[in-house]
Amino acid sequence: MSAIVSIQGLHKSFGTNKVLNGVSLEVKKGQMVAIIGRSGSGKSTLLRCLNGLEKVDSGEIYVCGHRVSDRDSIDLRELRKKVGIVFQSYNLFPHLTVERNITLALTTIKKLSVAEAQKVADSVLKLVGLEKKKEAYPEQLSGGQQQRVAIARSLAMAPELMLFDEVTSALDPELTAEVLKVMEDLAKDGMTMALVTHEMAFARKLADVLVFMHQGKVWEVGPPEELFERPKTIELAKFVSSEL
Amino acid sequence: MNHFSFIHISYLLQAALWTIALSLIAFVGGGLFGFIIALLRTSRSTALRRLASGYIQIVQGIPLLVVLFIAYFGLSIAGFKLSALVAAAISFTIYCAAFLGEIWRGCIEAVPKTQWEASECLGFNRFEQLQKVILPQAARIAVPPTVGFMVQIVKNTSLASIIGFVDLSRAGQIINNSTFQPFTVFGVVALIYFCICYPLSSLSKSLERKLNVGHR
Repeated sequence: MSAIVSIQGLHKSFGTNKVLNGVSLEVKKGQMVAIIGRSGSGKSTLLRCLNGLEKVDSGEIYVCGHRVSDRDSIDLRELRKKVGIVFQSYNLFPHLTVERNITLALTTIKKLSVAEAQKVADSVLKLVGLEKKKEAYPEQLSGGQQQRVAIARSLAMAPELMLFDEVTSALDPELTAEVLKVMEDLAKDGMTMALVTHEMAFARKLADVLVFMHQGKVWEVGPPEELFERPKTIELAKFVSSEL
Repeated sequence: MNHFSFIHISYLLQAALWTIALSLIAFVGGGLFGFIIALLRTSRSTALRRLASGYIQIVQGIPLLVVLFIAYFGLSIAGFKLSALVAAAISFTIYCAAFLGEIWRGCIEAVPKTQWEASECLGFNRFEQLQKVILPQAARIAVPPTVGFMVQIVKNTSLASIIGFVDLSRAGQIINNSTFQPFTVFGVVALIYFCICYPLSSLSKSLERKLNVGHR
């Protein structure tokens, strides 16, 4: 299995606040890596560094063959064709229908014809179970449905890696379940995924690798079962007991 | 004594056409340059942002009347003899560009940052982001303040009478000088202004409904 993501000694500060303090991590093809940790431990920032949304201070990041740590001199567009990201706040385009939300990047960036793009939209909407909603506007959908559209929008670009940044944190338990179901299906289809999550049961059940971040560092990493059952550090033990 | 009559009304209506013409020039010219100013003001280059913001600061800090004086009297002494219409057109374009630029900058910035992020992550470049994601949303937000400003401009065109531009206000003054019926004359002038401005306001309301402003 080859590494889709490889991070070495990553440092990142916002002003004097050291957010990432020497992170090293690998994500292999087809793996689901779940990142857990308290607020402010640098989980989201780490994810955002992976597709070049944040500039890094030092360290090396390779994602899908692109040296993302050298953000200014790489082709970000090519990177972003290969890396999809879904946010906590969905970030759908409110002025466009569900279908247009999905086809916009296909016609603009992948230069597909409208008919081809619509075909792709149909297939990804089916994947997330929203094929009947393509004429709707985002505001007419529930949070869970919006998030599923956001996932479909990313999937339409046929990415090699999907990043999920606390995608269920704004949803109630019922809607959370429908979004997690979509992610579970994706994982089973062999999508490479890195996610920041507070859904411990989900991470435990489905993640191949669990990463516990603390104070901007990868504090513990390993198979989820092991981390949950036999935490090696007091910080993870405390975190696990507070989350369960 | 000359009584206010139909001839005067037709003279006023003709002058109203000049008011409308100058307003249109102000919208189109000011809108075009204002759009550029708004884009510069929100650009990623610090130098361009400063340039645009300097322009806005200067124009907003000078009364329109003084801009008119500079364009008409100042430039004529400098050797450029402009007609009242051209001088007024230039002045209003300069003035509107600054205000519309600043209004539209606000509208562009009112589109949530996350929309930039989401479109960036899909691979859009800056131009595509603006064109397909940001500006369509900013345009909805922009309708009410833009129309509000347009109504102001229609009324402000009366300032151009000071450099001899015969607009609706100036025509009213001229007629009043011969008829001495200020209440009637200026009453009619006010009514005509209202008839120009009211449709604009109601247009704004229907546009707002159509574009679903504030419905996000």
